[in-house]
Amino acid sequence: MKMRGARIVMECLLEQGVDTVFGYPGGTILNVYDEFELSGYGKKITHILTSHEQGASHAADGYARSTGKVGVCFATSGPGATNLTTGIATAYYDSSPVVFITCNVSESLVGKDSFQEVDITGITMPITKCNYLVRDVTELADVMREAFAIARSGRPGPVLIDIVKNVTSDECDFEPLPLEQHPQHGRLAKLLSRASHDLKDPEPDREDIEKLLDMIDAAQRPLVLVGGGVIRSRGAVPEFRKFVELLDAPVASTIMGGGALPGDHRLFTGMIGMHGSHASNYAVDECDLLIAVGCRFSDRVATDPATFASKAKVVHIDIDRAEVDKNVKTAHHIIGDAKEVLALLNQGMAQHNYEDWRQWVFSHKEVPLKKDDILHPHEVLEVIQQVTNSSAIIATDVGQHQMWSAQYYHFSRPGQLITSGGFGTMGFGVGAAMGAQLGNPGEVVVACVGDGGFRMNCNELATLEHYNIPVIVVIFNNHTLGMVRQWQHLIYGERYSQTDLERGPDFVKLAQAYGIQGARCSQMDEFELTFRKAVESRQPWVIECAIHKDAMVHPMVPGGAPITNFLLD
Amino acid sequence: MSDMVKRRTLSVLVSNTSGVLSQVSRLFSRKGYNIESLAVGTTDDPDLSRITIEVMGDDASTRQIINQLGKQFCVYSVQELVPEHSIRRELVMFKVRAESADVRNEIIQVANIFRASIIDVSVKSLTIALIGDETKAAAMQALLETFGILELVRTGMVALERGAYTIEDESKEKTEFNLGKSVL
Repeated sequence: MKMRGARIVMECLLEQGVDTVFGYPGGTILNVYDEFELSGYGKKITHILTSHEQGASHAADGYARSTGKVGVCFATSGPGATNLTTGIATAYYDSSPVVFITCNVSESLVGKDSFQEVDITGITMPITKCNYLVRDVTELADVMREAFAIARSGRPGPVLIDIVKNVTSDECDFEPLPLEQHPQHGRLAKLLSRASHDLKDPEPDREDIEKLLDMIDAAQRPLVLVGGGVIRSRGAVPEFRKFVELLDAPVASTIMGGGALPGDHRLFTGMIGMHGSHASNYAVDECDLLIAVGCRFSDRVATDPATFASKAKVVHIDIDRAEVDKNVKTAHHIIGDAKEVLALLNQGMAQHNYEDWRQWVFSHKEVPLKKDDILHPHEVLEVIQQVTNSSAIIATDVGQHQMWSAQYYHFSRPGQLITSGGFGTMGFGVGAAMGAQLGNPGEVVVACVGDGGFRMNCNELATLEHYNIPVIVVIFNNHTLGMVRQWQHLIYGERYSQTDLERGPDFVKLAQAYGIQGARCSQMDEFELTFRKAVESRQPWVIECAIHKDAMVHPMVPGGAPITNFLLD
Repeated sequence: MSDMVKRRTLSVLVSNTSGVLSQVSRLFSRKGYNIESLAVGTTDDPDLSRITIEVMGDDASTRQIINQLGKQFCVYSVQELVPEHSIRRELVMFKVRAESADVRNEIIQVANIFRASIIDVSVKSLTIALIGDETKAAAMQALLETFGILELVRTGMVALERGAYTIEDESKEKTEFNLGKSVL
């Protein structure tokens, strides 16, 4: 059937089962947007119009992370496309599957510095898994199918498709193709046939599995380190939990691994690294076997790669061969999908017991949390946890509140903690929470943000209000860029250069101006009451919590230092 | 292979589409590698191009860049060509000052010794094409400098493995880079 490119875009989205798209229209993408009305695709695909393309990009990302499905985001050429870049990089660093679709100027205007023309495929090359410039309508469907397959398979990641405007109006034959048949057709078939002998996934090598089992048998002090790979690999979490129960060894987590093991699990030592717990950091320093699953030893985890796990044989399980030996030298690695590797390991695992080692690890306690007459960050999270029964989806911005959220909220399932771990994007939280809420209408979604990050992208309150997306925004307001201030306090001689945020707006009035209910709390019981009300209302809320300016994230290991050199206990 | 920093020759088979060279070369720069030499051209298969890249690196950093290259969808296969088992050649053109018959004759003699060919002559200059590896080119360059080199241009090193083994055989390494079982 002959149809124009814009319609092919819609048909391809339907093939993929896409029902929600985030975006912002503009000149070059008009034909695509027109299809929502012209051919009625708006009835099958809900388009969420955000306040800014960046908000749309984070929303698509939050949608993807919380559902495991591919997120989709639209933007126009030029500034529309460049506004996506922070969102694309955020998705790339955390391996989140998002397909970004932008339109560019018409073929006749390409390369002429035309109005709103930008080389977005060039710009996004280092921050996408793969990107495409579509200049021929006959290639469009093929490219769309390949793009979705690439975004979601292997190590997931963002893919960008840039379509020149005339392709959206040009016509060609289009035959719908059921999703299951995509791998047998067109570009995707070619891509797969080229690796035909090896498409059998990174089939975990049996010998590698046996070798790890032997290493486990020989170990006295094993530690498991879990990262985002276990969260991204669909269905890996049950195998992971089975594995750690059999191994019976302590389990530390990177921030991206949050939810792989319930936060209150008896084997869970908490987060590791710069703001890792004492138990996690001492355990990794003392262990003789470190089994790292789906993590990449970033500088926030392996603060000093030379001394990281220096008494241990490091075993790296990852789907991406390029992660092995990139940051930390390993003694052994297994390439494969976390679920499959762990399932194979579980088949050969006997029940282990490391009672003494476990006791030693858990003898490292955190400093007791403060309880007095002011509202402490951990109390905010305790309330959120109690009221939501540990089941809320928590999206965060970046900074102190992010670390507090990761430390004090007990995540119990994958996709429950949505945070920009790798790229560290301030302003991520509200957009991501919005996407997560739309992907999980039945869940309570809380955006934990700082006052700095919230001020960056608070424009998305308009979107929350318009679509009545019941995200509860909890602002940890310390009137400062808290994490930067913490460094300035500890490392820069208390010179608080440009981090003071004693300025407007009044967040409660701001919320009200957007038509959203707002409240300010400075006491725990007051916050509990308000938060309960917010959860029950099933409407968007903004709750501002007054946090002391000098509240700090404990513990802290400075960047570059050995992981047990705590600057703050 | 040893663990010291030395010149490494990587041969990369890529799809012959626009943007691929930029993608591959940018990967080197953003991962902090300096490209010493780069040559690219089509192969017997019109859909494929072959890029030969030389970088300085130790074993670990070379392994890492090979792995990173392998992740790119435009890359079909990557092979490190070690000097003992491969042939490396580049074409170097020298435009040399030659303003008298004596000088011309002398330069032609030098060219003959190196089995280089004279590809252009003018009243004031000679242009010589030399095919060889970097030692041969350097030796010739040192000699020609005494006459005065007006211009020098090189294609960049190209290389192939000795024997019947091809880069296609190397693509089996892709087992660890592929899309994964759950393509859908």
